Amino acid sequence: MATLTSTTAANTAFSVRFDGLSRSFPVEKKRGRAASTTDVATPAWGERTVLRDIDLTIAPGEVVAILGTSGCGKSTLLRIAGGLDTASTGDAFIGDQPVAGTDGRTAIGFQEPRLLPWRSVTDNVAIGLPPGTDKKAGAERVATLIDLVGLGEFAGHRPREISGGMAQRTSLARALARNPGVLLLDEPFGALDALTRLKMQDLLLDIHRAAPTTVLLVTHDVDEALQLADRVILLGREDGRDGSTIVETLTVPGERPRDRGSADLAELRGRLLDGLGIDRHTRR
Amino acid sequence: MSDNDQLTNSEQVRRGAVGVVPPAAEYATPAATRVRPDVAARSEASDRRVDSARGRRPLTRRTWFVIVGGSILPILILVGWQLSTSLGLVPVSQLPSPAMVWNAGIDLIQRGLLGQYMAISLQRVLIGFAIGAVLGIILGAVVGLSRLADILVAPTLGAIRAVPSLAWIPLLILWLKIGEESKITLIVIGAFFPVYTTISAALRHVDRNLVEAGRAFGLRGVKLFTTIQLPAVLPSVISGLRLALAQSWLFLVAAELIASSMGLGFLLIDSQNNGRIDRIFLAIILLAVIGKLTDALVGVLERWVNKRWA
Repeated sequence: MATLTSTTAANTAFSVRFDGLSRSFPVEKKRGRAASTTDVATPAWGERTVLRDIDLTIAPGEVVAILGTSGCGKSTLLRIAGGLDTASTGDAFIGDQPVAGTDGRTAIGFQEPRLLPWRSVTDNVAIGLPPGTDKKAGAERVATLIDLVGLGEFAGHRPREISGGMAQRTSLARALARNPGVLLLDEPFGALDALTRLKMQDLLLDIHRAAPTTVLLVTHDVDEALQLADRVILLGREDGRDGSTIVETLTVPGERPRDRGSADLAELRGRLLDGLGIDRHTRR
Repeated sequence: MSDNDQLTNSEQVRRGAVGVVPPAAEYATPAATRVRPDVAARSEASDRRVDSARGRRPLTRRTWFVIVGGSILPILILVGWQLSTSLGLVPVSQLPSPAMVWNAGIDLIQRGLLGQYMAISLQRVLIGFAIGAVLGIILGAVVGLSRLADILVAPTLGAIRAVPSLAWIPLLILWLKIGEESKITLIVIGAFFPVYTTISAALRHVDRNLVEAGRAFGLRGVKLFTTIQLPAVLPSVISGLRLALAQSWLFLVAAELIASSMGLGFLLIDSQNNGRIDRIFLAIILLAVIGKLTDALVGVLERWVNKRWA
């Protein structure tokens, strides 16, 4: 890890703050026949609230996992933090500044690798370099990161010549090339097989130890959240209200890397699964 | 790195596809060959693997076989042609013998006409194709990238495209007289639309995820276009150019048939008026050969682009 630390010496972690944040999307209302004849004034467009009243502050260097069921708006929250989407009401802040468009201080790791198929692994990672990076320093940094994610032998390969796990690692290296103050990860290991996923989690922890950036990790995997995060935020819907909000915040005990079989974690795991509405099939 | 190296084909297709969808149906057939360059490239690669395992290339991949195989049919046609004329199956007034066509060619060369006709036709095609292709690339890029331009411009261009090529000729002659301008303008129209249509359609279907990833890493405007959108549509651009070149030859002959005093189209109409069926055959064969040669040149470019960018 020594080489990585030296190349990321300038890295400053930033805080992330969501302040009363909500996000709604316009949807076309499906009007019944009766309604359309009697109630002419009904607007054809309505709103679907995905997120509401999100208040959350993430300290610099903290690793926070956002957990929730499919379609609960976890990715939307991450995209707002990354400047790819905007809040309907409320604000998102990186450091002290409100997020306005994509930001050089954040980097996003997507659910899919999203590599350019006509570029080699090296050239794909280089896209992540901050603009104005010195050519030689940039090339060194890219090479270091590719070694770090274990793709040294495949640096010249095209994305279609490597496996899904390798492509995902390339994508992670591309995000790290940014030298981000905040690393936003949207289910980055979701599409990987179980074993590769565990390896990638350990890799992420190694990287975080070497260069302690703020990490916001969206996942639907309870074990992944408990293994990686300082805090786990559970997004969910309160009864009778539209839109997800924070229903539970758990601080995960213990130093990382954590014992994957620990009893404390098993207890938290049960609570989170309950929160996600999963039947635990407990035998009494 | 041994973890899941063994990707299934469908997974690779999913990851590798650049989201370029076949352009308008009119141009769909040749463009379809490029829709999934990754698939083509991969099947080639897997062929190569099998071959190298056996230690030799299969017959269909050897250069000499490709050349010999491609010339079998033309030779058979030539033999059939020679036989049917020498056996007197068809009167020479309907089908001249190969020798007559050859002699007609020699005769025209000696008069210094054939070289001149070919040169002027080639010049018209190249100028018209170049102008039409550049206009097609520019307008196709604008309409493909801007929703507003699409709304404002695309319906009108679609209507203009629907006008059959021959319908322009009376108007062009009236406006531009019977000079080079009217013929080149017609070829420009012919070359413009395949390029415009393929590029605007391809740009609209560039994988949104890739474009978003580019934006997420700070790429904007021209930089975003040259880094992501342009390379993603480059194979479509080339297949559009290839179609445009074919269409340029089509429109050239249309223009020369109706109003010209030189060129291969003029040779056709002049020979028809003078009953020189040998020269008609000569002109048709020359159009086939020259068209095929220019197409092959673009084909070389296309293969290089597909290898580099797909």
